[in-house]
Formats: sequence, C-alpha cells, structure tokens
Amino acid sequence: MNAFKPVLTEHIHQKDCHTLPFYKSVGGYKALEKVLAMQPDAVIQEVKESNLRGRGGAGFSTGVKWGFIPKDSDQPKYLINNADESEPGTFKDRLLMNKTPHQMLEGMIIASYAINCNTAFIYIRGEFYKEYQLLKETLAEAYQANLLGQGILGSDYNLEVVIHRGAGAYICGEETGLIESLEGKRGWPRIKPPFPAIEGYLHCPTVVNNVETLACLPHIINHGADWFKSIGSEKGPGPRLFCVSGTVNNPGVFEEPMGISLKELIFDRAGGIPENKQLKAVFPGGSSSAILTAEEALDVKMDFEDLVEKKSMLGSAGVIVMDETVDMVQACLNIARFYAHESCGQCTPCREGTAWLVKMLTRIVNGQGKPDDIDMLYEITDNIGGRIDFSKGSFGKTICPFGEAVAWPVRSFVEKFENEFRSYIQQVEAVA
Amino acid sequence: MNTMATPQEKFIFANPDKVDRIFSQYPDKKSATLSLLHLAQAQEGYISGSVIDTIADLVECHPAIVMDCVSFYSMFFTKPQGRHKIQVCQTLSCSVNGADALVDHVTNKFSIKPGETTDDRRFTLMKVECLGSCGTAPVVQINNDYHEGLTNERFDELLESLP
Repeated sequence: MNAFKPVLTEHIHQKDCHTLPFYKSVGGYKALEKVLAMQPDAVIQEVKESNLRGRGGAGFSTGVKWGFIPKDSDQPKYLINNADESEPGTFKDRLLMNKTPHQMLEGMIIASYAINCNTAFIYIRGEFYKEYQLLKETLAEAYQANLLGQGILGSDYNLEVVIHRGAGAYICGEETGLIESLEGKRGWPRIKPPFPAIEGYLHCPTVVNNVETLACLPHIINHGADWFKSIGSEKGPGPRLFCVSGTVNNPGVFEEPMGISLKELIFDRAGGIPENKQLKAVFPGGSSSAILTAEEALDVKMDFEDLVEKKSMLGSAGVIVMDETVDMVQACLNIARFYAHESCGQCTPCREGTAWLVKMLTRIVNGQGKPDDIDMLYEITDNIGGRIDFSKGSFGKTICPFGEAVAWPVRSFVEKFENEFRSYIQQVEAVA
Repeated sequence: MNTMATPQEKFIFANPDKVDRIFSQYPDKKSATLSLLHLAQAQEGYISGSVIDTIADLVECHPAIVMDCVSFYSMFFTKPQGRHKIQVCQTLSCSVNGADALVDHVTNKFSIKPGETTDDRRFTLMKVECLGSCGTAPVVQINNDYHEGLTNERFDELLESLP
C-alpha cells in the first residue's frame, strides 16, 4: 500500500487549526467556491461516484441518500449534521469538531447546496458543551466572511446554519429519533418508510449526515471522485477515522485508509496492550458490533466487507480492545446495562428484553446464575434482535436497529466465551 | 394552562432576548423545546413544574409534551442538584480503565453513593453512560466540563479545587 497521508486530520496538530484564517490558509472553502459554480445535480453525481459511505455507523451511500430528495417538491429541504456522537468506543466526531470545525462546515454547505436546502442544523450531543461553544464561534466567523447567510460568496445561494443541542439520549443518533428530538419530542425512532428524504423534519425532505461524512466532502470536490476511490477498499473507499480505546498503550483516533488490518491498528498505531498482556476480544465497530475473538481480530481488515464476513460490522469504526484480564461476563453486563439505560422504550422486545438481559447477567455475575440461563440469553437476544438480513433491509423485531445493536454484542459474548459464563454458573452449582 | 405546577410562582426567563433568539432559529415553535429547557435549567438548576408550564405556553403545546421531554433526556433534572454534578462515565472503555475506583473515591471521601448529594449541596455523584471520550478514559464530566485521563490523585485535586 502506498504511504497514506491523512486527509481529514492532516492539520489537527497545528496551532489555531480550528480558526477560519488557518483553514483558509490550507485551502479551506476552495471546494465551496468550486461547488457554487456547479449544478447541484453535478455535485450529487460526483459524490455518488466517489462511493462515499456514511461514517456514522450504517455505511449507506451518501450520494444515493441525497439522490432520494425529491426535485419537484416545493417544500423546504433540510440538512441535519448528526453530531450526536454517542456510540461507545467512538470519539472521532468530537475531535473533528474541536480541531477542524470549518472542514465539517464546508461539507455542510456543500451538502446543503447539493440538495437545495436553505436551513441546516447541527444536532450536537448535549454533553459536548465546549464543542457547542466552539461551533458558535465557527458559525460567527463563517457568517462574517459571507460563507453563510444571504448570497454566499456572491452567488445567489442562501444558507442558515443552526446549532441544536441534544440532551442526553443515545437513540437520537438514529436519524429518525434525531428528527423527532429536533422537533421537540422524545427521540422515538419513526417507522420507515417513509424515509427522511421523503418525509423528515417537519414532514419535509431531510438528509441526515454524520460529521465525518460531511468532512470528507470538500476533499472529494477538490480532488475528485477517482482520487477518493483510489484510497483504501474498493467497496467502501476513502480515509477513515478509527478510534481505538480500552486496554491499549496509546488510545486515540487514527486516520487510515479503509481496509487497514485490525492487528496494525491495535499493535502498531495504538501501541499494543500494556504489560504485554494477551489480547482477548475486540469490538471492531463500536459496542453495537459483534465482538471478535483475538484470533478473529488478528485476521481481519477494517472495511465494510471483511467485517461482515466475520459476522460483525465496521459500524462507527470504534475499536474497543479487551485484554486477558477483562472478564467477559462483566464486560457483557456493562454493555447490556448501557443498552438497557438507552433503550427508548418504544418497542416491547427491546424495552423489556434489555432490562431482562441486565437482570440475568447481574444474577450470573453475583453467583446466582442458573444452568439454563445461557439458553435464555440466546432466546432473549433472538427476541430483541431477530435474524437480521441487511441485504433485504430487514430490521429485526423493532422499529429501529437498536434491537440488533444490543442483541449482536450480547449474543457474541455468550457464543464466543460461553465457558466464562458457564464457569460463573458452575460455581453456583458447586456451592449448591 | 397550569396542569403540572403546584401553586408556586410562574417561571419567567431572565433573558427574554435569548428566548426570542432561540425561536428565531427554528421554522416552528415546538422545535425550540429542548433549547428552552437547556436555557431554563441553566437559570434554575433544574426543571420545575412552573418551568414546564412556561415553556408549554411559549411553544404552544400541552405541558405533558414538555414533561415527556424532561423525563426522556438524561440531562434534565426535576429536582435541585448539588453545585457540582460529578458524572463518572461507566461504560466499557472507562470501566476497564479505572472508572469504578473514581466512583469509590467520591463515595469514600464525601459519603455519597451514586445518585446522592452531599448535605452541604456541594456535590451530586452520578454514574453516566458513555460520554464519547473513550480514548482518554477514564472520563468524568463535572457540570459542563470534561476531565479526561483521570487518576485518583488528579481527581482528588480537582474535587478539592471546587467551591
């Protein structure tokens, strides 16, 4: 592989990299100038050709998503920047917002122009207060420089950008939950179809794109779709921000081409495991992905295809490393508790099932597990998640993919480390 | 409309300009709900029944709809909290990097368990789910600020520095 030069994070270590003067000094907003002289359809076409796939988790083609926006509708169109980063193990969007907010904003303006939107939102997770303050300054700079507002850079294109704070709810990262939340309601995901492109915010056509996805856009416009496609894996190309956390020496965000090996990420970029302990298990794509055993982890490429082959997913590219000292039953309980807390409560299998999982896992951890608990854990995960088939657009037994997001990891813990669960339960039997 | 509040003074936003500015940003009134709740909580410290009534009047909906939001989102509190809300992330990456020890530290030092407030109302301790800063685990949010990569010692210094 050719030496890869970071694209999105090239300048993040430089002084004042978050400011407009700095961003302009490294070619910032050149792509916007170019776009304003293009037809919106040509922008959509370029992004489609780049095969940019969403960086939030689902990995849907960005250009195709834009293409669903009806052209003949006279309703207002909305773009929402999904900055509600809350998938455990994921902390890349926060980095982009802190270090290079104008890159993301330029992407937002490009996307808004492409779908003919005049009001765009940044839905930022409520806890990111510092980033919220910083983005307010970013917008002020942009309005001042006529990069936002009326007649942007002398064109006849107008765009207002509004920052909207969430208030602590993981489910609002799901795009229809986010839209409900923006409308001033609890973040209950909607039944699809209709998809947001047809009926989104205030029943109007809406596109929801992730921070990192938007940050890719100026580079695609500047260097072209072919350049983007030349980076990393063929079926999901481009640079990607991989987050590595857990038990590693050097946790952090590493920008690499799609398809880098997980082994390289963990043992080279993230410096391996402290005290040379053994690798035990890894979440490759946030806590919603099925975990990989050490053996599987050492033999996988970080792209959409290879991880699906391993019956997991790239998701948000949030890698959580667990070494030999991490108790798999307790880790499973930790994750189940997260989902039980965050279940929005709309669908019964998820609302009740997540609570049952926590109760059962707590009982096992506390030495009160029963021999048939293992089977019951399988049964409950099946009842929440069903058997998903992404190729058919299936969404299991719940309205949104949250059901799978809890069923997959919990099931993978039990399947791959059943011995550890059994040994907790056998201790009980021995005592009895 | 006054269904949620017990007899108490009507809540009034201290800065009406900010309220106007919030409304001016959205194409409809109800979308302003979360922003108004944030603004009210910054002023009052928590969301009282009269805050809910005032916001419901402003956004033109039933107070139950506003209450729905308050109960759904973890950042809104319906009771007064301590001056400093110590929110320790307990999700996996923080958990395997010493988050439990940070919780125990506060519990031992101030005799409060998660969910409790010190008698002098200086601190409220909470365990929270993923704060999205896993690369600098363990992470604690105190009010609006993140404190990352904490050791027990640094955490202790930090707590001591808070009035």
